[in-house]
Amino acid sequence: MRSATPWSDVLSYLVEATGETLYMVGVSTLIATAFGIPVGVWLQLTARGGLRPNPVVHRILSFVTDLGRSMPFIVLLVALTSVTRLIVGGSIGSTAVIVPLAVGAIPFVGRLVQNILSEVHVTVVEAAITTGASTLRIVRSVLIRESLPALINAIGVTVIALIGYSAMAGVIGGGGLGDLAIREGYQRFNDRILWSTVAWLAVLTTVIQLGFTRAARASDRRRHASV
Amino acid sequence: MITVENLTKSFQGVNALNGVTLDVEAGTVLGVVGPSGAGKSTLARCVALLERPDSGAIRVDGTDITSLDGSALRAARRQIGVVPQGDSLLRQRTAAGNIALPLESAGVPGPQRRTRVGELLDLVGLTDKATAYPDQLSGGQRQRIAVARALAANPSVLLADEPTSALDPETTGSVLTVLDRARAELGVTVLVVTHDMGVVRKICDDVAVLEQGRVVEHGKVLDLVGDAASRTSSALLPAVDLNPINESSYDRVADVVLVGFAAVGALLPEASHRFGVELNIVGGGLTRLGETPVARFRLGLNGERSDSALEWIGEAGGAVQRSLKGPQGVAA
Ligand SMILES: Nc1ncnc2c1ncn2[C@@H]1O[C@H](COP(=O)(O)OP(=O)(O)O)[C@@H](O)[C@H]1O
Ligand SMILES: [Mg+2]
Repeated sequence: MRSATPWSDVLSYLVEATGETLYMVGVSTLIATAFGIPVGVWLQLTARGGLRPNPVVHRILSFVTDLGRSMPFIVLLVALTSVTRLIVGGSIGSTAVIVPLAVGAIPFVGRLVQNILSEVHVTVVEAAITTGASTLRIVRSVLIRESLPALINAIGVTVIALIGYSAMAGVIGGGGLGDLAIREGYQRFNDRILWSTVAWLAVLTTVIQLGFTRAARASDRRRHASV
Repeated sequence: MITVENLTKSFQGVNALNGVTLDVEAGTVLGVVGPSGAGKSTLARCVALLERPDSGAIRVDGTDITSLDGSALRAARRQIGVVPQGDSLLRQRTAAGNIALPLESAGVPGPQRRTRVGELLDLVGLTDKATAYPDQLSGGQRQRIAVARALAANPSVLLADEPTSALDPETTGSVLTVLDRARAELGVTVLVVTHDMGVVRKICDDVAVLEQGRVVEHGKVLDLVGDAASRTSSALLPAVDLNPINESSYDRVADVVLVGFAAVGALLPEASHRFGVELNIVGGGLTRLGETPVARFRLGLNGERSDSALEWIGEAGGAVQRSLKGPQGVAA
């Protein structure tokens, strides 16, 4: 039995891995949101009863979205290697993980967003239609603004999910907290690193979750915030 | 101002509108009434350009608006202010922000927008609620904000679908007052859908009764009340036969409808005096339609010239609805 890793080393491991995780998750969340919201809007616009109902487009988009969501992340991670190389110029490292993370999260965000937008009452949308507002304005000022608290929460959910997925980043050398726990902790029987990482992940996800919940509530103008 | 011609609309085999024809004169208020499922909302939604009719025409200020598309459609929508059935305010925007929405759609610049929003808050009497969110307003206040929003872009037509259906009588009054002010101060032509005859009584000039997608009665409220057979008169006028009377104690028994201050105040005493008949009010009562007092009385007459008296009342503007006793009535 080796002597335990000094706490100062554990700390520096954690700091480095946290940086990697936040980088991977942060950037992929931004990308997933930037693409996922339009996908969700498009899904909702083309849905039955939407602003631009189009069964064919809706069905195709739904199919692709659901396919993307059902793909195990680990498969996506390796399957997208060539795409990743094309985009980031390499296929290993934290940056390389961002591509499959983002691609995997876009359909996830898309569905979440559509579900949220579909909750905006039809009377409210119709009232906006009768003001002569363009579709773009209705999407922005009504669908998205009315759903903002729920959308912020959904992004929080996405961040947490991506922290989970990013644990598999080690497969392509992405590093991060999950990788630290598995490679340095579990596989090397280093309980101190394993459990410190687990505890820190718990704290980190709780804080992030709390932050998003706060932000969602702050953006909510309804008296009885219930999102 | 609004002309609806032969409008039909069906949903999966259900004929919601079966050839509806009606018109609303500029600056007047038309009440569309009828039982639930009669097609009132469908009619309002067609005029609001939320629903495309299967056939027929809807003209606003002479222009057929049923087949518009794209920007012409959006421009037409701006001409028609709509208070939809149910809660329709953006819950994440203040009262002022909600009223501003149509102005944003119309591309009105910020400063002018704020001025206009101020005017509308004033019109609906909610200046102090400018920064309140819908959840901080009562149902009646929310509905007045919805009316203000509908009026924001200076439409020539205002549509309201059941604007008072969820409100108590007092709040209903405040919403109706606002609709009435819209017509009086802004000259807007109003079409209000309601199942509450009280709305017709208080603010409507005209009424259209819809049943199973058809207009079964349409006209001026004050004309229709004089017609005993009309649904409007039975719904709006005081009942005459609450107290059964002993008809044998009169030579003639008849119902009359009197419209306006002069008729209500003076016609009966004068008839009695002119023809030397004894004239008793044995049933009915007085009501008010908008600003106009309207009476429906059951009269008991005694005297040789009772028929002449009734005939004279008819000629002088009263509607003698039926002679319950004696020769059949003289319609006015
Ligand atoms: N979108 C719709 N789909 C199917 N049926 C509808 C729809 N809208 C209205 N209807 C039907 O049309 C008829 C008239 O409805 P509506 O205009 O809402 O009546 P009202 O407002 O007078 O209660 C009803 O039988 C209703 O079920
Ligand atoms: Mg209705």
